[in-house]
Amino acid sequence: MKDVALHFLSVVAGTLRDVVPVIAILLVFQVLVLRRAVPNPRRTLLGMIYVLLGLALFLDGLDEALFPLGRLMAEQLTAPEFIYEAGAAVPAAVAWQDYAWVYAFGAAIGFATTVAEPSLIAVALKAQQVSGGTITTWGLRMAVAIGVAAGIGLGTFRIVTGTPLHWYIMAGYVVVVVQTFFAPREIIPLAYDSGGVTTSTVTVPLVAALGLGLAGTIPGRSPLIDGFGLIAFASLFPIMSVMGYAQLGELRARRRRRERSGS
Amino acid sequence: MRQFLRQVLRSVADSARDVAPIVAVVAFFELVVLQQPVPNLGRILYGAVLVVLGLAVFIRGLELALFPLGESMADGFVRKGSLAWLLVFAFGLGFGTTVAEPALIAIADEAAAVAAQAGALENSEEARAGYALGLRLTVALSVGAAIVIGVIRILKGWPIQYFIIAGYVLVVGMTGMAPKEIVGIAYDSGGVTTSTVTVPLVTALGVGLASGIRGRNPLVDGFGLIAFASLTPMIFVMAYGMLR
Repeated sequence: MKDVALHFLSVVAGTLRDVVPVIAILLVFQVLVLRRAVPNPRRTLLGMIYVLLGLALFLDGLDEALFPLGRLMAEQLTAPEFIYEAGAAVPAAVAWQDYAWVYAFGAAIGFATTVAEPSLIAVALKAQQVSGGTITTWGLRMAVAIGVAAGIGLGTFRIVTGTPLHWYIMAGYVVVVVQTFFAPREIIPLAYDSGGVTTSTVTVPLVAALGLGLAGTIPGRSPLIDGFGLIAFASLFPIMSVMGYAQLGELRARRRRRERSGS
Repeated sequence: MRQFLRQVLRSVADSARDVAPIVAVVAFFELVVLQQPVPNLGRILYGAVLVVLGLAVFIRGLELALFPLGESMADGFVRKGSLAWLLVFAFGLGFGTTVAEPALIAIADEAAAVAAQAGALENSEEARAGYALGLRLTVALSVGAAIVIGVIRILKGWPIQYFIIAGYVLVVGMTGMAPKEIVGIAYDSGGVTTSTVTVPLVTALGVGLASGIRGRNPLVDGFGLIAFASLTPMIFVMAYGMLR
């Protein structure tokens, strides 16, 4: 019990270190530059305590349970004993089909961690509020999560096959640029933003462990060149899926209008 | 009181729904694919409860403090009308929140260790610490610059895609020239910069600025700051790799 309390306190301290610079900057500018009192000081203070406490609980829970297990599973799934018969040597040239469970795990864990990502929830809440409900919190989050799933799935496939990272990233950029010309104007900034928010507290630690584990076990892959880069996939693909989500919505609205005018 | 309780229960239920997929994925792979018993089941359940509660409390704090604060700052700067101070604030917010970001510290240390192992760097404590610190400062600088550029864009109402596409072209061009071992780290550093506290604040700031300025649409002009903050670190980190 004492251990648990101590551990929680250390997580609170860590979160505090994360939050204090933000609060300091806000206060300095609010008081010295804007010369305004903080609106609703009691409410704001209570909210800040909620943010601090909530984040600490959240991170402590992840540390306590999900991260160790997730890392262990990433190791087990990429271990040669799981993929080949026990005792069999890893062939010098790996066949990409042998790693199907790794891709599936990457995609599934990418999806699941994105749904729980607090910064994405924040952006989605704001988007729903600002768009007057044409973009829903749930729809946006699903679109982003599907994008991350596709990204991590493809990213693990890339590590296994050893194809160069920049081919994928450049091809992805080309798709994004082309989509930008056809997507509804209102979604574009939001789509670009969702690339950045997907990868923070929950997704990065698990995904990085998966990438480094995979690059470490496959012969000929270097953790330095191949292990990193998964996060780049996780930030690129949501841009496409969010623009796709908006394009789909527009298409559906247009079809509905046509049906109505036709009947 | 009853209404309050109902509200609390609802937000906890929402968070439980958000966390459920992770539990499902982990359980499926552990039991069906790896066919191993879950170690420390009690501890994992305890952790999951903490995650659900934490998420619910955090979201409440978001609505009570972070969103209103970001909006009030945006409103204050629009009223004050001083572009210089707004840009100083934008830079400070980006730099200050990034330089101490734990995820960034972790990835910088990791990058230094890996670079030293590969022989790209002298394998000593000092050399590694220097490399990691340089990387951290580079990323923090890039995020500060990103928020400044993003705020100017909101004020002017320029379409975001030209910036992002130009940035991508730059990233692609630099990828060809930068040392190979920095490329993966550069791509990843774009993803780790935006922390859970910064994102809601920066989003509220952008939307607040766009709502406060006549002729700007909060949806089209207000979002996009995060996008800048994930793009510039790639450019700056590759430049760091090329110059050092």
